[in-house]
Amino acid sequence: MEILDIILNILSTPAILVGLVALIGLILQKKPIEEIVKGTVKTIVGFLVLTAGASFLQTGSLNDFGTLFNYAFGVQGVVPNNEAIVSLGLEKFAVETALIMCVGMIANIIIARFSRLNYIFLSGHVTLYMACMLAVLLNVGGLTGISLIIAGGLLLGLIMVLSPAICMPTMKKVMKTDTIALGHFGGVGYWFAGQIGRLVKGKKEQIKSTEDIKFPQRISFLRDTTVAIGLTMVIFFLIVTAVAMAKGGMNDATIAAMFTSGDTKTHWIVGALIRGLNFAGGVFIILSGVRLIIGEVVPAFKGIAEKLVPNAKPALDCPIIFPSAPNAVLIGFLVSFLGGIIGLFLLGVMNGIGISIVLILPGVIPHFFCGATAGVFANAEGGLKGCVIGSFLHGLLITFLPAICMPVMGSLNFANSTFSDADFSVAGILLGNLAQFVQGNILLIIAIVLFLIPIIYHYIAPKKQKS
Amino acid sequence: MSVKSIMCCCGSGLGSSLLVRMNVEKAVKELGFSGIDVQHSSLSSAVNGAADLFVIGKDLEASAGELENKIILDNILDMEELKAKLQTKLL
Repeated sequence: MEILDIILNILSTPAILVGLVALIGLILQKKPIEEIVKGTVKTIVGFLVLTAGASFLQTGSLNDFGTLFNYAFGVQGVVPNNEAIVSLGLEKFAVETALIMCVGMIANIIIARFSRLNYIFLSGHVTLYMACMLAVLLNVGGLTGISLIIAGGLLLGLIMVLSPAICMPTMKKVMKTDTIALGHFGGVGYWFAGQIGRLVKGKKEQIKSTEDIKFPQRISFLRDTTVAIGLTMVIFFLIVTAVAMAKGGMNDATIAAMFTSGDTKTHWIVGALIRGLNFAGGVFIILSGVRLIIGEVVPAFKGIAEKLVPNAKPALDCPIIFPSAPNAVLIGFLVSFLGGIIGLFLLGVMNGIGISIVLILPGVIPHFFCGATAGVFANAEGGLKGCVIGSFLHGLLITFLPAICMPVMGSLNFANSTFSDADFSVAGILLGNLAQFVQGNILLIIAIVLFLIPIIYHYIAPKKQKS
Repeated sequence: MSVKSIMCCCGSGLGSSLLVRMNVEKAVKELGFSGIDVQHSSLSSAVNGAADLFVIGKDLEASAGELENKIILDNILDMEELKAKLQTKLL
C-alpha cells in the first residue's frame, strides 16, 4: 500500500508531475540518457524556483503594495505583470497548467497541419502564462480534471495560431518576408496599433518613418527587465506610501507592522525603496524559474513541430522585430507608457464619479515590450505619425482591457496583479464572461467546436486562387 | 582565450534569447566545435565572467557596453551572419 501512497503523492506534487511530463517528452524524442536526466532535473528545479519566487514576491511586496494602495486611495490598485499573476495562479493550478500547455502544443500542431493557420507558436513563456489563465477561467466555468485540460488545451492551441494570424499582414511589412510570424500574446494590441497606423496614413503615398528622424537611444537601458521593474516599482511604492503616511497610515496596525521589526523602525522612504526593489527581485526569481522550465520545452516542441509540419511559419517572440525600427521601439514604449498614465487617471476619474473599477497601474514591462511592438507595427503602416497615435491608443487599450477583465478572473480577481498583454485580456473577457453563463460539459463542447472551426473551414471553403 | 561557454541574452531572457541559443548550438555543431556550453539569460545576468562569449541583438547593443567579448547580431535570426561571426570568435 505504501507504493500506492507514493504514486498518489507524486501525482499531487506539482513540481514532480511537471518534471514527469518533461521526462516523457524527452524519452519520446529519444534523447540520450544524460540529456533526459539533465532536462528533467532542470524542469523540476525551475518549477521549485518559480514557486519560491512566488512566495517571495507575495510576502515581500505584492501584498504590501495592495494594502498600502487600498489605504491611500480606497480602491484596488493592480500592477499588470504576467510573472506575478502566473505565480499566484500556479499555486492552485500547477498540474492543470502544465498539462494544458502540453495539450495546447499538440493542438497547435494539429491546427497548423490541417488548416490554413499554419503557425507554430514558439514563445514558450507566454504559452505557459496563457495555459495558467485558461486553467483559472475554465475552472470558474465548472470544469475540472480531464475536461478542464482538454478544453483548455484546445483553446490554447487555437489562440496560438489566431494571435500570429491577425498580426501577419503587418508583420510582412515589418520583416519584408512572409516566412516569420509574430508569436506574442499582445497580438490584438499590435493589430489594433497597425490599423490605427493605416487610418493615419490614409491615402498618402509617401509617409515619414520613425527611422527618418534622430531619436536618443539612451533610454534603451530600460530593456533590462530587472532595472525597469525596480525603478518603476520604487516610484510606485514611494508615491503610494507617501499618500498612505499623509493619511495617517501608521495608525493602521498592518501598515505600522510593515515598517517595524521588533524595536527597530524603518523610515517609510527606506521601506518603500526596499519594497520596490524587492518586487523586481521576486520577478527576477520567477523569470529564472520560467527560463529553466521553458528552456527544455521549446526546443523539443520546435523539433517535433518541424518534423510534423515542415512548411509551418514559426511565430517568434516580439523582440525579433525590434532591430527593424529602433526609433519606433523607443517612441512606442514612451508613448504607450504615457497612454498608460493617462489611462490610470481616466480610471481614477471613473471611480470618482461612482463607476467601480480597479485602477490599473502602468506596468513598465507591458508598455515596453507590447508598446514597442505596437510602435513598430503602427510605424510600418502609418509612419511616424501613425506610430505616435497608434502607440498612445495601444497604451490606453492595455490599461482598460485588464480593468474590464479583472471581475471575471475567478480566484485571481482580488490579486494585486493581473495579466498585462492584450490577448490575455481579450481571451479573458470573452471566456470569463462565457463561463458565467455556460458551465461544465457545454463549455467543453464549445471549446471543441471552436478548435475544429479552422480545420473544417479549410476542407469546406474553396481555396483562394493565387494571383 | 578559448571559448568554453556562450551566453545569449535578451531583455527578460525568455523568448528571443532562447531562439538565439538554439541557433548558436546548431551553428557551433556545424562549425565543428564541441564541448561549448551554451546558455540563454536576461541582460541582468550578462556580466563579464558569467560566460566567455556573449551573443546579443543589435537593439541591445547600448545596454551591453561593458561586456568584453561579444557578438552583436544585426539580424538575430540570420544563421549565416551568426556562423560567420562565431567562426572568427571561436578560432
